[in-house]
Amino acid sequence: MRDLAKDPDLARQALETMWTARRFEEAVDQLFARGLMHGTMHLSIGQEASATGTCLALRPDDLITSTHRGHSHCVAKGADLTRMMAELLAKDSGYCRGRGGSMHIADVATGNLGANGIVGGGIPIAVGAALAQKITGSGKVVVSFFGDGAANEGAFHEAANLAAVWELPVVFVCENNHYGMSMAADEAFAIENISARAGAYGFPGVTVDGNDLQAVYEMVSSAAERARAGRGPTLVENVTYRWKGHSKSDKNLYRTREEIAAWQERDPITRFEDAVRKAGSLTDPDITAARKAATDAVREAIRTANAAAPAPATREVLLDAVYATEPTGVPA
Amino acid sequence: MTTPATTQAVENPTDGPGGAADGGTDDSRELTYAESVRETLGDLMAADERVFLMGEDIGVYGGAFGVTTGLLERFGRERVRDTPISEIAIVGAGVGAALCGLRPIVELQFSDFVTCAMDQIVNQAAKIHFMLGGAAQVPLVIRAPAGSGTGAAAQHSQSLEAWFAHVPGIKVVMPATPADAMGLLRAAVADPNPVLVLEHKLLYKQKGVVSRGHHVPLGTAEVRRRGTDLTIVATSVMVGKAVAAAEELAAEGIDVTVVDPRTITPLDETTILTEVAATGKALLVQEAPRTAGFVAEIAARIAESDTFHTLKAPLVRLCGLDVPMAYAPELEKASVPQIPDIVGAARQLAKGD
Repeated sequence: MRDLAKDPDLARQALETMWTARRFEEAVDQLFARGLMHGTMHLSIGQEASATGTCLALRPDDLITSTHRGHSHCVAKGADLTRMMAELLAKDSGYCRGRGGSMHIADVATGNLGANGIVGGGIPIAVGAALAQKITGSGKVVVSFFGDGAANEGAFHEAANLAAVWELPVVFVCENNHYGMSMAADEAFAIENISARAGAYGFPGVTVDGNDLQAVYEMVSSAAERARAGRGPTLVENVTYRWKGHSKSDKNLYRTREEIAAWQERDPITRFEDAVRKAGSLTDPDITAARKAATDAVREAIRTANAAAPAPATREVLLDAVYATEPTGVPA
Repeated sequence: MTTPATTQAVENPTDGPGGAADGGTDDSRELTYAESVRETLGDLMAADERVFLMGEDIGVYGGAFGVTTGLLERFGRERVRDTPISEIAIVGAGVGAALCGLRPIVELQFSDFVTCAMDQIVNQAAKIHFMLGGAAQVPLVIRAPAGSGTGAAAQHSQSLEAWFAHVPGIKVVMPATPADAMGLLRAAVADPNPVLVLEHKLLYKQKGVVSRGHHVPLGTAEVRRRGTDLTIVATSVMVGKAVAAAEELAAEGIDVTVVDPRTITPLDETTILTEVAATGKALLVQEAPRTAGFVAEIAARIAESDTFHTLKAPLVRLCGLDVPMAYAPELEKASVPQIPDIVGAARQLAKGD
């Protein structure tokens, strides 16, 4: 297993990815606060190692399904920042042409089958995508990201079981950030580790420090290898924490400032920078440069996206967008 | 656009041999509605390896209504996939496989079980193409036996088509004949959108002439019978009942048109409006409960169009009662329109001016 901190190229890539996700969401947070962005959004600040470590473990053509808290998944899977920002700014040049917003960004070209506004909604879809890979023998693996809250949805249980009995190439990545909106995981589960649920369906489940990039990368790499070898699913529980509220309506009434501060001390990005320094693979100027590259990329994305035209708001455009028109090619 | 009316005097409005609907090709023969669906599934799987089936007990058991009998032996376990009893996973896996380029046809054992899979149908399948700005398609077909008449009571007898007509992004198909069971299913699988095919379980054993490879474009209504006094618009199993009622009425000198929309999304509004305007009287018949049922939508389309001015009498709806379906046979029959009910309602409408 490669040590990300020791490999200069991988270390730089990982740092840039995490910083890009962080800067993107900080920018989004500010744009909302200043009234320059409408709708709603769910930030994954503090959870970047989960998305980044997971996607680093995948091949470029592997697939993911994402969640309402999906910006970092998009970034880690290689989405175009300008098209992401344009979507949030309700532009026609956005990933969804202004029809989806933050909760529905997808990038089929980079293997991202889409974020999802329904908790647990993407998990059965990931299983279906994995079934397609098995049927076609593509050799691709599907990662399904979801949160702790989703593990209590029926969709998770049905999908996990189906993936198990059909030995599908899927990795279930549960990002346990301790809260389903305001509901503490402690109160929503009578088990210590969500990963224990995998045992009930007959496949391995492991709990990982989700703020430890290397740990996430190693565990998802093993799970992906297992899936690719035709040995079925794995549940990887990345224990992490979201620094920001659930969404913009959140007043943080269900947790303490001290708790948030304690988790900020465990910042996954700082932690990886320390590991890189210790390994000596990148110098301090290298690290600063990675950070700056991310900041610049986000700034440029905002500038370009802002200049784009808004989504055209005509009745015809809307009605024409509902149904696909290209035939499936199945002989009719 | 309509085809010439057929005039069989039966509760069995088949697209007759040589009829315009099937082109009258040489391989026309009699099949049951279930056989027609089965042959279509087999033909589509044979023609395109992306097509596969998933559902509960569709393999060795052949499905609860025997529709998939023999397909497992022909195509194997990989393409005729028996699933656990997990409707969310069945439909969700269909959505995911469709997104990745396959052409899944999933079976819900009873259409009532859509309730268990509602998120995947309504929030996922129907919305993905739009939500993603057109960047993805979900060519998923969901087959589901609907309707009452088998003594299966309230959780296995519903007609829920109106729920889905209310969700933009999914198409809804209700074949009323063996030929349409084939033609509409072929069109559904060729369509790049999610399509819900509501097969009526009382029709599975009905026979009709079907020509192999028959295709019916979605959104084309069929005029089953053409008359001058009154137009009945009926869906699914009510089409046959309406045609039978029309034959009874013909003996009394009342001449009835029967229009079968065949697909409710998309809806062939033009044919419906034209045929209603031609007689100036409309009787709208469905099995589903009256309140907020699909024929209420047809009534509204008539009311807001120029056809309204041609009406010689108020529209009449004949629907299921607003009750859950009961078990006892007489209670069940009393809950949905029967042929005498249609005859009575049509007679009254035809005679009143």
